[in-house]
Amino acid sequence: MIELLVQAEPLFIDVLKILAILIPLLVCVAFLPLAERKILAYIQGRIGPNRVGPFGFFQPLADALKLLVKELILPAASNKVLFSIAPIVTLAPALAAWAVIPFDEGIVLADVNAGLLYLFAMTSLGVYGMLIAGWSSNSKYAFFGAMRGAAQTVSYEIAMGFALVGVVMSADSLNLTTMVMKQSGGIWHWYVVPMLPLFVVYFISAVAETNRTPFDIAECEAEIVAGYHVEYSGIAFALFFLAEYANIMLVSAIAVLLFWGGWLSPFQGIPLLEQTFSWVPGFCWFFAKTAFFVFVFIWMRGTFPRYRYDQLMRLGWKVLIPVTIVWIVLIGFAIELHLPPWYV
Amino acid sequence: MSEIKNYTVNFGPQHPAAHGVLRLILELEGEVITHSDPHIGLLHRATEKLAESKPFNQSIGYMDRLDYVSMMCNEHGYVMAIEKLLGIEAPIRAQYIRTMFDEITRILNHLLWLGAHALDIGAMTVLLYCFREREDLFDCYEAVSGARMHASYYRPGGVYRDLPHEMPKYKPSRWHSEKEVKKMNANREGSFLDFIEDFVNRFPGLIDEYETLLTDNRIWKQRTVDIGIVSPEMALSHGMTGPMLRGSGIAWDLRKKQPYAAYDKVDFDIPVGKNGDCYDRYLVRVNEMRQSTRIIKQCIDWLRNNNGPVILDDYKIAPPKREQMKFGMESMIHHFKLFTEGYCTPPGEAYAAVEHPKGEFGVYLVSDGANKPYRMKIRAASFAHLAAMNEMLKGHMIADLAAILSSIDVVFGEIDR
Repeated sequence: MIELLVQAEPLFIDVLKILAILIPLLVCVAFLPLAERKILAYIQGRIGPNRVGPFGFFQPLADALKLLVKELILPAASNKVLFSIAPIVTLAPALAAWAVIPFDEGIVLADVNAGLLYLFAMTSLGVYGMLIAGWSSNSKYAFFGAMRGAAQTVSYEIAMGFALVGVVMSADSLNLTTMVMKQSGGIWHWYVVPMLPLFVVYFISAVAETNRTPFDIAECEAEIVAGYHVEYSGIAFALFFLAEYANIMLVSAIAVLLFWGGWLSPFQGIPLLEQTFSWVPGFCWFFAKTAFFVFVFIWMRGTFPRYRYDQLMRLGWKVLIPVTIVWIVLIGFAIELHLPPWYV
Repeated sequence: MSEIKNYTVNFGPQHPAAHGVLRLILELEGEVITHSDPHIGLLHRATEKLAESKPFNQSIGYMDRLDYVSMMCNEHGYVMAIEKLLGIEAPIRAQYIRTMFDEITRILNHLLWLGAHALDIGAMTVLLYCFREREDLFDCYEAVSGARMHASYYRPGGVYRDLPHEMPKYKPSRWHSEKEVKKMNANREGSFLDFIEDFVNRFPGLIDEYETLLTDNRIWKQRTVDIGIVSPEMALSHGMTGPMLRGSGIAWDLRKKQPYAAYDKVDFDIPVGKNGDCYDRYLVRVNEMRQSTRIIKQCIDWLRNNNGPVILDDYKIAPPKREQMKFGMESMIHHFKLFTEGYCTPPGEAYAAVEHPKGEFGVYLVSDGANKPYRMKIRAASFAHLAAMNEMLKGHMIADLAAILSSIDVVFGEIDR
C-alpha cells in the first residue's frame, strides 16, 4: 500500500499542481463574464448586474446554476456524437494550454522546451470544436458560423505565428521561461519595445483568434444569430462560453509573457522604485498585466463595430502578414548587428 | 455529377437583425446574396379595417401603434386628414406644440434607429447611449399625455391639453437616496418647456458623442460606405421618401415642400447625402437630429411668449372643459355625444401627409358622411423602401444585409399595419 503511494507520488503531486492551476483558472473564467458585464455597463452608462449578492458578485453562480438546470437539447437532425463532444473539444485545449504558462520563475506545470509550439498547437485545436459544433448541428446558421470561424482562425494563425517568430528569434528559444528571463533588466528590455508592430499584430490576431469584437464574425448576433453554437443549450453552451473566456485570458497571458516581461517588475533597474516594490511577488505583476489586457478586450467590445467577413480576411492577409514579415527581417538585422540593449 | 445548388436561408421572422418580424428568403452563393425575397404580413393587425368600424377619434390610438417608434407623427398624419375633411384648422399654439412634438418624435425615432443600426453593425455601446436620451424624451411624452409611448395626444382641432407647468419628478427609494434623487431632478424643477430646453441644449453635445464613436471610425466606414447604394433614379422610381430619398441627394422634404403645422414659421435645413449608401443615410439622419433640436428650440421660444387655446372651441368636435361639464348640462351632452357617437364629417375624401421620420406618412380618408370613415388607407414610408430590398441587396454579403436592412429603418407595425 505504502509502496503504491510512493510510486504514485509524482503523479499525485502532478494532479495537485494541475488542480492548483485549474481551480483558480476556472474561478477567474467564471468571474470574467461578470467583470465584462460590469465594465461594459460602466462604459455604457449603466450599472450592470447588482441583484445577486453585493454588487452582483454572486451573479456567476446564479448564471451557472441556471445553465446547469436548463434542458440539453439535441437537435433531431444533428450528428449526436459529434454534437456532444464539440463543446469538450473546444474547452479542453483552452485549459490544457495553461500547462506551459509560467506564472513566476519556476512556477510552471511543464517547463517544456517547445513551450511556445505547444501553446500554438493548443490554441489551433480550439477551431476544431467550433467546426465540429457548426457542422454537427446541421443548421444553416451554425454552419455559416463554423465556416467563418474556421477561415478566420486559420488566416489569423499565420499572422499570429509570424508575430511570435520575432520573439523566438530574439529570445533564441521556444521555452517560455527563457523568453521572459531574456527580457529582464528593466522595462526597456521588454520585447514590446523593439517589436511594437509585432505586438500589435499579435494582439489583433489574438482578438480574432478568440472571436471577440470587432472580429466576432463567427458568432455575430446581427447576422448569423449566434453562429456555431446557435443550437446549443444549457451547460453545453456554457462550455463554449467558458472556453471563450479561458482563451481570452490565455492569449492575454501569452502577450504578457512574450512582449511585456511576464512576471518581471516594471520597476526593475529604476533605483528607488525597484527597492520600494521589491516585496511584490512576480506572479502579482503577471496577473496585473494579464488583467490589463483582458480589460482591453472588454474595452474593445464596448467601442468597436464589427468587421465584415471579407474585410477581416483582407486585413489578415494583406496588412498583418506583410507587416510581420517586414519586421521579422528588421529583427534579423538587429540581431546580426547586436543592437543594444536587446540583442547583445 | 451532382448539381450545385445555391444555399437558401430563411432570415427571420425570429432573427435578431430582422427588426421585428421580417422574413427574408435569401439565396446565397457562399456569403454573397444573389436574391432576396421579403415576406411581410406577420404583424398585420388590420388597422385600416378597424378604423372603418370606429368613430374617427377612437382610431387615434391605433395610429400610435402603427410605427411604434414615431408615435405622434403618425397621429399627426391622421389628425390632419380628419381636419381636412372637416375643414377646420387647429389654433396656432397647437400647431407649434405639434411641430415641437413631431421633432421630439423624430429624435426619438432617429435615436432608436441609430442605436439599432449601430448594434447591427456590432457597436453595442451606441444603443445604450441612445436609449439614455430616449428616456428624457419619453418623459416629455409622459408629461403631456400620461403615456410614454402611445400618447394619443393629437386630436382633430388641436392637441389634448396644454403643456404642463411642472415635470413629474423622481422620488427617493431603496435604490436612490434623497441626494441622488435631487441630482436626478435637477432639470425637472421648472416647467415642461424648461425641461425640454435643457434637453435641446445638451443634445448637440450628445450627438457629438455618438459621432466620435462612429462617423470617423474606420470599421464603421468600411461597413457602411458604398453599401446598399440607392441611385436618385431608383429612389424616385420606388417612391422612396424621407432619409432614403435625401440620402441619395434629392432635397425633398414635406416640411419644406408643402408645409404643415408651423413648419413654415421655423428655420431649418434639409440635410442631403451624395451617394445614397448606408453611410450617407447615417449622416442624413444624424444631421436631421441636429436640425430637429434647432426646430424645437424655436418652438420653445415661441411657446414661451405666446399663450392661447390649444384646441378648437367647437364642442361638436373637441370636448368641452371638465369644469364646464360638472355644471353645464349642455357641456355634458356634448361630451357624451362626442365620446359615444363622435362627429360626422361631410362626405368626401381627404389625403394628408406628414414628413414622418421614415419618410412620407400619409392617411387617405373617404367619408360617406357617417361618424366613421368609409375607408382609410395608410401610406407607410418603409413599405416602399422595403420593396427595394432585393435591388439593394444583390451582390452584397450577409453582413451587409444587416447594415442595409437597418439603414432603411423598417418598423413592421407600419409596413404590415
